[in-house]
Amino acid sequence: MGLLSLAIWTPIAFGAVLLALGRDDQARMVRWLALIGSVVSLLVTIPLYTRFDAASSAMQFVEKGPWIERFNVNYHLGIDGIAVWFVLLTAFITLVVVISAWEVITERVNQYMGAFLILSGLMIGVFCALDGILFYTFFEATLIPMYLIIGIWGGPRKIYAAFKFFLYTLLGSLLMLVALIYLYTTSGGSFDILAWHKLPLPLPAQALVFFSFFAAFAVKVPMWPVHTWLPDVHVEAPTGGSAVLAAIMLKLGAYGFLRFSMPIAPDAAHEYAWLMIALSLIAVIYVGLVAMVQQDMKKLVAYSSVAHMGFVTLGFFIFNDLGVSGGLVQMIAHGFVSGAMFLCIGVLYDRVHSRDIASYGGVVNTMPNFTAFALLFSMANCGLPATAGFVGEWMVILGAVKANFWLGLAAATALIFGAAYTLWMFKRVYLGPVANEDVRQLTDINAREFLMLGLLAVAVLYMGVYPKPVTDLMNPSVSDFLKHVGTSKI
Amino acid sequence: MLDQSSLNTVAPEIILLVMACVVAMVDLGVKTRLRGLSYGLTMATFAVVAYLSASLAADKQTVYAFGSMVVSDAMGNWLKCFASIAMMVCLVYGRPYAADRDMLRGGEMFTLSMFTLLGIFVMISGSNFLVIYLGLELLTLCSYALVALRRDNEVATEAAMKYFVLGAMASGFLLYGLSMLYGATGSLDIGTVFKIVNSGQVKHQVLVFGLVFIVAGLAFKLGAAPFHMWVPDVYQGAPTAVTLIIGSAPELAAFAISIRLLVEGLLPLAIDWQQMLMILAIGSLLIGNLAAIAQTNLKRMLAYSTIAQMGFVLLGLLAGVVKGGAAGDTTLAANAYSSAMFYIVTYVLTTLASFGIILLLAREGFESEEISDLAGLNQRSPLYAGVMAICMFSLAGVPPLVGFYAKLSVLQALVASGQVMYIALAVYAVMMSLIGSFYYLRVVKVMYFDAPITATTVSAPADVRVVLAINGALVLILGILPGGLLSLCKDAILKTLST
Repeated sequence: MGLLSLAIWTPIAFGAVLLALGRDDQARMVRWLALIGSVVSLLVTIPLYTRFDAASSAMQFVEKGPWIERFNVNYHLGIDGIAVWFVLLTAFITLVVVISAWEVITERVNQYMGAFLILSGLMIGVFCALDGILFYTFFEATLIPMYLIIGIWGGPRKIYAAFKFFLYTLLGSLLMLVALIYLYTTSGGSFDILAWHKLPLPLPAQALVFFSFFAAFAVKVPMWPVHTWLPDVHVEAPTGGSAVLAAIMLKLGAYGFLRFSMPIAPDAAHEYAWLMIALSLIAVIYVGLVAMVQQDMKKLVAYSSVAHMGFVTLGFFIFNDLGVSGGLVQMIAHGFVSGAMFLCIGVLYDRVHSRDIASYGGVVNTMPNFTAFALLFSMANCGLPATAGFVGEWMVILGAVKANFWLGLAAATALIFGAAYTLWMFKRVYLGPVANEDVRQLTDINAREFLMLGLLAVAVLYMGVYPKPVTDLMNPSVSDFLKHVGTSKI
Repeated sequence: MLDQSSLNTVAPEIILLVMACVVAMVDLGVKTRLRGLSYGLTMATFAVVAYLSASLAADKQTVYAFGSMVVSDAMGNWLKCFASIAMMVCLVYGRPYAADRDMLRGGEMFTLSMFTLLGIFVMISGSNFLVIYLGLELLTLCSYALVALRRDNEVATEAAMKYFVLGAMASGFLLYGLSMLYGATGSLDIGTVFKIVNSGQVKHQVLVFGLVFIVAGLAFKLGAAPFHMWVPDVYQGAPTAVTLIIGSAPELAAFAISIRLLVEGLLPLAIDWQQMLMILAIGSLLIGNLAAIAQTNLKRMLAYSTIAQMGFVLLGLLAGVVKGGAAGDTTLAANAYSSAMFYIVTYVLTTLASFGIILLLAREGFESEEISDLAGLNQRSPLYAGVMAICMFSLAGVPPLVGFYAKLSVLQALVASGQVMYIALAVYAVMMSLIGSFYYLRVVKVMYFDAPITATTVSAPADVRVVLAINGALVLILGILPGGLLSLCKDAILKTLST
């Protein structure tokens, strides 16, 4: 069994064991088993980083074997300098989520932990898959655990949110499925993604393929105007669900653009780059403004996620080195920061059971340690230098200026909005005098919460101060990618 | 004509017939509530014929017997094997339910299911219009009787009546169509009819006229719109154990006779029947999926879901021949027909498990057939909720469950034809399955998100529990490793087409 298979199947195996064995009267055992599972799953991904050949842009740790011979589908895995980071990120966030759920989830603990571990394995599978059907299988299968997570442990309107999540994303992916089958037929019977990269296609065919993939990935990212599912789902999902959704699931969409849409249909990608850039800018600016007026903390962070992911797609479609690497760094940074923001809201929600900004005020007086963390993550969300949030946005803006000055200027304004809504929320929730009795009775974070936020804080600061390891590893893959999409396939 | 090899070919049918009579006799002396001896004999017979069919299928030789009245080929033998296993599973699930409802007062249920299976076998083996018709009548007559098995139950009797009247009409359609073909070609033998039609000496109009009736008859048996009216009423009205029987194995037989009549007999008319199937498929997908949304009765919802799923099977059947292409393009044809075969086999597998859950939750005096009866099943029994969820996600076509690969292979067959019309059909089917996923998800929602109405734990006999767990696991395992069954279907269809 290769390292990638290990990274995919370890969490799934642990999840299956939890589902099969766990009972609510053994919650303690279940929690420890889940923790062991997520730690082991993280540990098995470490060699992917240490043994990674940073000089190469080729797929590494490749595993290939026949899976469904009838359709020439292979169990084909491999990662390049881009995917490796998302594998690590997924395993890391899963660990944090398991810690975050420790004493918060008391009902059906085994199903909760099991669902997250299985979800983790499936998402890693999406990042590693080099076969179209394998990719689709993992991509779609993630819907099942997430649907259950939202529906079982969610808020008052959880059922609406769960259906909206499932049907919205399914709509997009089904069109992608038709595109996958079309590519299979035109390529003479192969689902190999790397072979599709080299497949020559006329422009109309490329456009069809591009927009079919767009339907799937734009919903997942989510890009304006198909982002409306995200705020509803985030608000109703349990804390862990929101964290995983924002930190990783949204990246599946952006990753899809890099792995499918752009390399398979490069000419269409160039042809319609204006559209993608326009949608991204609307996300960055308009959705940023929408975020400012939210009353609900989770909704605010959800809209801010849409805006931040707008930077990612913007970076990708300006087709230069800074833009694409910037978008990727932003994806990783947003994984840490948005996950942390949702976990912070979860900490407050567990105590007060309200997500309304108006229910809080002066939290700093009763929870000083927690407020310090919240401040750090809020600053990272604004894109303050020396935090993870800064690096990616800065690179994207530089890339945008290189492409077109006005584009850069428009993107840069978003930083102002980002700072405005994040800081304003921070001020209203954490600063000022103690607002009410609930806030007065708050207790500061315990060791478990400290550990969970501390892990994320280290990651956010490390990426902000010294992002070189990240960019070094992805550089060969990014330049190879740009070279590929720069060559016409017509 | 009665040579040894002919008799060997129909050995499974002979065994079934003899044992059905034996069980009917033996049952006279059986007194137990669950009728253990009759049950045991029936199951043993089914196991033997399943094994025999599988070993015949493994032979992979196509043998015509009794002057090519019957044929034994890979496709038919595999379908027979699956049908026997499906029947066994039906009886395992259905026996406690039937005993609770006084349906086992006599052993008719076992005898009738054996005759049902015999009908299925004859339909699958038939290579002659009359033999196929005989098998069909045997199957449907047994089904009417099975539906009416609770003779003091009004709903069941009403369903039996409806089923009988509409079923007789459909048989009439089919018979009329067959007699038109006989009149035009002068032969009842499928192979001869093919040759005569292919030679182009017969008037096209007469053939198409007969064809319309045949397709209508087949559509009725498959439950495709607009010949679907009986499906919801019969599914809902029949005792659930019987719904399970008529909703599973006979679908395999209906698929087999579709292949025999349309492909083996009337392939030269493919352009004509393709258009008919297209209309049926479009209608089935639309009506099945939309009507299922409105249902509150789980059996009725699954009935509409069946109609929608049959739409996919029809899509697989019609994708085999391309307009303007050579009618004998075996690669394309095998691709399409095997996708339909895979679809129907996996559909039966999934149906068995989902009706199994309904049977399991039913108790004496309580049918558990409303969707809301599943409320909070996850809290009452995570295992059964898990099995049902797997089935629902599979029917919705979500990977990594087997239903996805079934849909994938049908869509692939459509796109591979390279026709714009077919690609449009694929997109349409995909959109309809999106609508479909809504009502499947609703079942999952009720089981997982709603609070349970009763706190009673679900209890089931050990055999039901084990079979149900295996059945659910198969839906998942065949989803993760679908390669074997996909290749099996393709090989079987290739063997059948090559003769």
